[in-house]
Amino acid sequence: MDPLLDKLLVYLIVFAVGGGLCAIAQLLIIKTKLTPARILVIFLLVGVVLEGIGVYKPLNEFCQAGISVPIIGFGAALTRGAIEYAKQIGILGALGGGLIRTSLGIGTAVVMSYIVTLIFSPRSK
Amino acid sequence: MEKNDLNQRYEDYVASVTPKTGTFHSLWNSFWIGGVTCVLAQGIGDIYYALFPHLGKDLIVNYTSMTIIALAILFTGFGFFDVIARKGGAGSFLPITGFANAMASASMEFKTEGLIMGTSVKMFTVVGPVIVNGVVWSAVAGMINLLLAGGA
Repeated sequence: MDPLLDKLLVYLIVFAVGGGLCAIAQLLIIKTKLTPARILVIFLLVGVVLEGIGVYKPLNEFCQAGISVPIIGFGAALTRGAIEYAKQIGILGALGGGLIRTSLGIGTAVVMSYIVTLIFSPRSK
Repeated sequence: MEKNDLNQRYEDYVASVTPKTGTFHSLWNSFWIGGVTCVLAQGIGDIYYALFPHLGKDLIVNYTSMTIIALAILFTGFGFFDVIARKGGAGSFLPITGFANAMASASMEFKTEGLIMGTSVKMFTVVGPVIVNGVVWSAVAGMINLLLAGGA
């Protein structure tokens, strides 16, 4: 197949899967009155389970950013790290592996939030 | 009983004044906003991969999420993200950008209470549950995996 068409198909899958997951979350909000925080945790746990049973990797190869950008990807990355680090240094590695693998993202979020807070004033809503 | 009645009347009142956003409309909004967020991330990743192929996939995935997290927090600072969040619902908070926005907005909101007791404490009010549950259950999954696989 034409590589450009191939790329287009990937982007279409990313859009459909990412959007679909968000629509499911939105449907949960409307139908069950779960708070966003609970929904985030539920999707995070879905990622943990998917990675734990080894299904996430093939899914990610197919859906790419469509599944890794929603919070499912964060749960999967934490679990991937915990599993890998536990294999490297033993069972206690599972306690730190998740944070090690996601540390760049979490660190960026904390530092950037702090900088933005210093620069901008809170606006009234 | 009296109190329940009052609560019920209050809930009816709230339901009557809450603007009715159609279910389909809000689903569509979260669908396309979430989809566009993922496509943007995919695009940034592809650009990084084209420019710096020697970095390897893992590092590029990391740099991509760092980029979209930083962008989302900047958007929060400038106040653009509120516009997206009001429209997008789950489309704006489910992607990792929403996680970043929740952190930055809580941290900005409590700036008035000081950088230590305000910003530093409240930064994790929304994302705390995600990080705590993520660390705990990923650790459990890692241990189970090791026990079952026997370190193989």
